[in-house]
Amino acid sequence: MKLRRSMMFIPGSNAGMLSNSYIYKPDSVMFDLEDAVSLTEKDTARHLVFNTLQTNLYDGIETVVRINGVDTPFWEDDLDMAVRGGVQIVRLPKTESVDDVKEIEQRIEKIEKDCGRKAGDTKIMAAIESACGVVNSVAIARSTPRMVAIALAGFDYLVDMQTSRSAGSEPELFYARAAVLHAARAAKIDAFDVAYGDVNDDAGFLREVEIAKNLGYNGKSLIHPRQIDLLHKAYAPAQKDIDHARQVLQAAKEAQEKGLGVVSLNGKMIDPPVIHEAQRVILLAENA
Amino acid sequence: MSYDKKRAQDYAAQHNLPEFEGVYAKSPQLANTNQKYHRKLIPSLEEAIKASGLKDGDTVSFHHAFREGDKVVMQVMKTIAEMGFKNLTIAPSSLLNCHDGLLEYIRSGVITKIFTSGLRGELGEAISNGVMDTPVQIHSHGGRVHLLQTGELSIDVAFLGVASADEFGNANGSHGALSCGSLGYAKVDAQFARYVVVLTQELIDYPNYPTSLSQDQVDAVVTVDEVGDPSLISVGAARLTKNPRDLMLARIAASVIENSGFFKSNFSLQTGSGGAATATTIFLGEKMVEKNIKASFALGGITGPIVDLLNKGMIEAIADVQSFDTVAAHSLRDNTAHTEISANEYANATSKGAFVDRVDVVLLSALEVDTDFNVNVLTGSDGIMRGASGGHCDVAAAANLTVIVTPLLRARMPCIVDSVNTVVTPGQTIDVVVTDHGIAVNPNNPDLEKRLRDAKLPVTTIEELRDLAIARAGKPDPIAYTDKVVAVVRYRDGSVMDVVRQVTP
Repeated sequence: MKLRRSMMFIPGSNAGMLSNSYIYKPDSVMFDLEDAVSLTEKDTARHLVFNTLQTNLYDGIETVVRINGVDTPFWEDDLDMAVRGGVQIVRLPKTESVDDVKEIEQRIEKIEKDCGRKAGDTKIMAAIESACGVVNSVAIARSTPRMVAIALAGFDYLVDMQTSRSAGSEPELFYARAAVLHAARAAKIDAFDVAYGDVNDDAGFLREVEIAKNLGYNGKSLIHPRQIDLLHKAYAPAQKDIDHARQVLQAAKEAQEKGLGVVSLNGKMIDPPVIHEAQRVILLAENA
Repeated sequence: MSYDKKRAQDYAAQHNLPEFEGVYAKSPQLANTNQKYHRKLIPSLEEAIKASGLKDGDTVSFHHAFREGDKVVMQVMKTIAEMGFKNLTIAPSSLLNCHDGLLEYIRSGVITKIFTSGLRGELGEAISNGVMDTPVQIHSHGGRVHLLQTGELSIDVAFLGVASADEFGNANGSHGALSCGSLGYAKVDAQFARYVVVLTQELIDYPNYPTSLSQDQVDAVVTVDEVGDPSLISVGAARLTKNPRDLMLARIAASVIENSGFFKSNFSLQTGSGGAATATTIFLGEKMVEKNIKASFALGGITGPIVDLLNKGMIEAIADVQSFDTVAAHSLRDNTAHTEISANEYANATSKGAFVDRVDVVLLSALEVDTDFNVNVLTGSDGIMRGASGGHCDVAAAANLTVIVTPLLRARMPCIVDSVNTVVTPGQTIDVVVTDHGIAVNPNNPDLEKRLRDAKLPVTTIEELRDLAIARAGKPDPIAYTDKVVAVVRYRDGSVMDVVRQVTP
């Protein structure tokens, strides 16, 4: 089980941030070659990110590279660098259809073969940023075994929907949040909620974290390291849930030791999903 | 029987006692009403300098309560230079970037010797490059008082900017439009200087109170256009810093204090200024509220977050030698539990009683820490003086728990090193170093190490931190120095801790 609560964006062209952001210990780090990098810095960013991937700075943190979209002249070079550089996940922006995924998947396969990387080793994450992407999200989520997560990206999506960000319960994102999360769960993969843009508004950020967490999102995309701690704390389970999870795991262990097929705790059946949830709670608690 | 004057005269002569020569013989100011009331009020700085009897080779002193907002040092030195004085020693309690202009007076021979706690900016750079023939004496805040007590530092004329004063010299830093808070450093100058000039923008009707500097210490009062700009005092983030690394360091530092064994009712603390220190105060304060652990007193340079804890009833009292922001300055003015203390009461090793002697926990910063836990807070990675001794070694020596907070690297320069450029605070007095890559506990404190490990804090060794810093940044080339000594680092007891050499041009 891998925690994917926090996926922190780092502009690929910012050497300072690349060299020290690991200290904040996000679950995943996303080196961005796309929107955070100006057109004149694309090469620089590619080289910096490649060299960052060759260090051990981000050991223990899942590495993601966001490549430029398949409609740009950059994405093939981006992929070449990322796959050869050993990144764990490639994030495809503005994914609209299964065809988009297939195009980069084929390219990844070729690069893996060329550079001697194990076939299938490079995972994919699709970012859903449009109405079309949202309605196709089930197919996108299921398009390849490489797909480990999908992420909703709010900014472009809301432009596409001809609306903008509100406060409160954010009705403008309600459908997309629910649809993308369902697509992820149907495909048994993880889901990231949108990034929160106002880094000085902790209360607004936490309000959005609550929405995402209650819906069932694994976590959020983050644009500032300050948000990591806030997010991890918000995802920390309550003590009573931790206590219960420990009891479940203890009961399951005892049952296994005794060779019992059926496990129960306080008269309630404990089945594999309950055990799985208990393991998740303990993992969250240990990493809070 | 009438008064037999001769009997008294005879007795005085026989016993070598002074003879009565008239009521006003020794207090001529009382003979004239105008003199009696207004004699100290001198219309200009120049006339005050003349009245002080200042001469070439003398020592003049200043305080740094206005920090970067200070307008006194430059104003006084300009006047002194225009009056043609040479070969002076200046003894400000510290020097900041706003004092870069002193360089002109060093070059022209007006200033030939300096006692100070800190050096920064162009001045620090020029002195590190050898502009002065006589090395600067760098002292701690407590050590300055010690040097005054021994007489090595002897102030002829003190020029002390204040927020408000009356014409008789009763002055404070907390009241008036220019409220800068505590005059803790100025208080010792007023006590030790041969002649004391108070400079104020705001003259208050007699008697001005409270009196930080008292009428019986003050020789002259001068009103000037500018004493200081309190808006430039603030050195710490009044609000919680947004810097994620400072926040991270602060969280770890607060946890270290929480699990140190000293976090219990009636503990005392000093947390200082700066982003990480202020954030630590806030995080520690949250733990104090959560666990209902109240502190007996907070000490030192005081910031808004400390005042906030006083107002919440989580700290019983504040002992304030220097107010680091307007919140602290106004609290000193308004809250009787917030008191002003002198540098002697604060930190002098040879004081009859210094607050540092009774402080449990102190949080301090560092430019560099070495594997012997020695701390440099003075010279930068280029060997140039860009910091201050301050109360660092004073409180480290006396506190029960001394916590140093520093990032592992600043830009590309390791902050944990084999050997610091300049030792200001000896490693023996440091208990724990908190970095963004782990915590190192001084091996002379194994109990503390165990407590922090038991609390699952990321404890490592100072050697591992040094190795990690080198692995990240590489090993910097050593700084090239000449043999010329440009500054002498004095420990709090006056002894020589280290010397700073001229950087090779």
